Amino acid sequence: MNSRRLLVNTLLVLTATVTLFPLLWMVSVSLMPAGTAATYPPPLLPGHPTLANYRELWTHAGMARNLLNSLLLASVATMLSLTLNVAAGYAFAKIDFPGRARLAKGLLAALVIPAQVAMLPLFLELKALGLVDTYAGVLVPSLAGIFSIFLVRQAALSIPHELIDAARIDGASEWTIYTRVAVPLMRPMLVTLGVFTFLGSWNDFLWPLIVLNDSERYTLPVALAALSREHVQDNELMMAGSVVTVLPVLALFLVLQRHYLAGLMAGAVKG
Amino acid sequence: MKRHQWGWLLAGPALIVIAVFFLLPVLAALALSLTDYDLYAIASIHNVRFVGLRNYADLLGNPLFWQALGNTFYFVLVGVPLSLAASLGGAVLVHSKWASCRGLFRTAYFAPSVTTVVAVAVIWRYLLHTRYGLINYALGHVGIAPIDWLGDPHWSMPAIILFAVWKNFGYNLVILLAALGTIPADLYEAADLDGAGAWAQFRLVTVPCIRGTLTFVGILTVAGYFQLFAEPYVMTQGGPAQSTMSVLYLLYDEGFKWWNLGRASAVAFVLFLLMYASALLQARLTREPAA
Repeated sequence: MNSRRLLVNTLLVLTATVTLFPLLWMVSVSLMPAGTAATYPPPLLPGHPTLANYRELWTHAGMARNLLNSLLLASVATMLSLTLNVAAGYAFAKIDFPGRARLAKGLLAALVIPAQVAMLPLFLELKALGLVDTYAGVLVPSLAGIFSIFLVRQAALSIPHELIDAARIDGASEWTIYTRVAVPLMRPMLVTLGVFTFLGSWNDFLWPLIVLNDSERYTLPVALAALSREHVQDNELMMAGSVVTVLPVLALFLVLQRHYLAGLMAGAVKG
Repeated sequence: MKRHQWGWLLAGPALIVIAVFFLLPVLAALALSLTDYDLYAIASIHNVRFVGLRNYADLLGNPLFWQALGNTFYFVLVGVPLSLAASLGGAVLVHSKWASCRGLFRTAYFAPSVTTVVAVAVIWRYLLHTRYGLINYALGHVGIAPIDWLGDPHWSMPAIILFAVWKNFGYNLVILLAALGTIPADLYEAADLDGAGAWAQFRLVTVPCIRGTLTFVGILTVAGYFQLFAEPYVMTQGGPAQSTMSVLYLLYDEGFKWWNLGRASAVAFVLFLLMYASALLQARLTREPAA
């Protein structure tokens, strides 16, 4: 059986090489002096590592600003989206209010509609509200989270009813029960949802591309796409830009991967 | 305050946001797709006229629409099976009893799927470079002449599919891996006793046991692949010769480059119908056969 062990582990290592190589190569090229990557044979490692590309991004391309925009927007989107959708998900699971069942059914049906269908009128709506080319305009679509509501509802359903009834008998208000009993019990799930929302907002491209005009307000993906059209020949600079865009989410994933993967797998096995 | 009032208070804000920023626009899109809303209408709403189904009819007569539709189907029909096969193969590999460092490999495989499409598409654009790209360099070692991946209309879509399979590999893998973990070990032991080889076990035990998850992953992946946009936007700008123009790219160009919002809304609804029909079809095709 040793040959099988060898075969399986060789394949595992080869596959990991394929998945990780482009990311490692990105870091390596980003440290090469301008113009040295496009030579034959293509170099794997920088002969003279330099941070010049990053300096160029900061001083000339204004990427620090884009990084701040992305951090700000993804953080605010996550906080607002959690505030709205966790409360709604909990209410749908644990508080009986008139129309609840019918609303839940309607939302479930709306889940099949892709976001792109709403995009064009949403743009006109935001234009009428004066929100085109603003941070708020970028945020709006990420707040309406039908999927998040159902994820939270699923988690809230597993809170024992006795616990909530006991709190009610003790005279706790519904608000106290929600904030002091339900939210702490759903915490693992909230972390998962938070990571999902943050990554989704950070990586979103089409909507910020549509709604933003001023490069001062560009998020990283939009800024990087614009830069890559201007600087097609500057491999090293573009790779530095990719590093700045990708590294924060990769780091976040590595730190919180337990929560992220757990959420992904829990949703899938039930589905 | 009454309990049901609390229910409305907690659910209300999210419901209002969904109604105002999602459901209302969806209904408006349907109305918009029946008008000739364009740049003049943006200037003054009085320039809008009701045109019935003309946008849809125009679309069917537009060669670029058929090209975009064909490209999108190419991407979905070739890309999704490849993507699922790769992820399933990877999941079986990680799940194998001979595998070591499972957690480490799982993380390594998952990494590309948390990255930003735009950023990794930029990387791949350079990896696929005809003269200086490492992919052609590697192929050169096995005697394959340089391929103009992103400049040749025959190779541009395969290149984007290759990229998409790499990008989505880990996401589906993790979901499938979780499903593999739920298969009872005695099923394999019984198959072993019956003398079933590795391939027979995969076909007769593994696949039927994770059928539900495979369908779920398939539907999600098809829906995702139908929304092809950022990859061609960054790597090929829809070219060469419109060989990577997708339906969503067409929507973007119609709507936000030419400001034909009426026609673009018709494209949006066609895309929606396609996605919906293919999800229904998959659910039906993969339903458990009646016992």
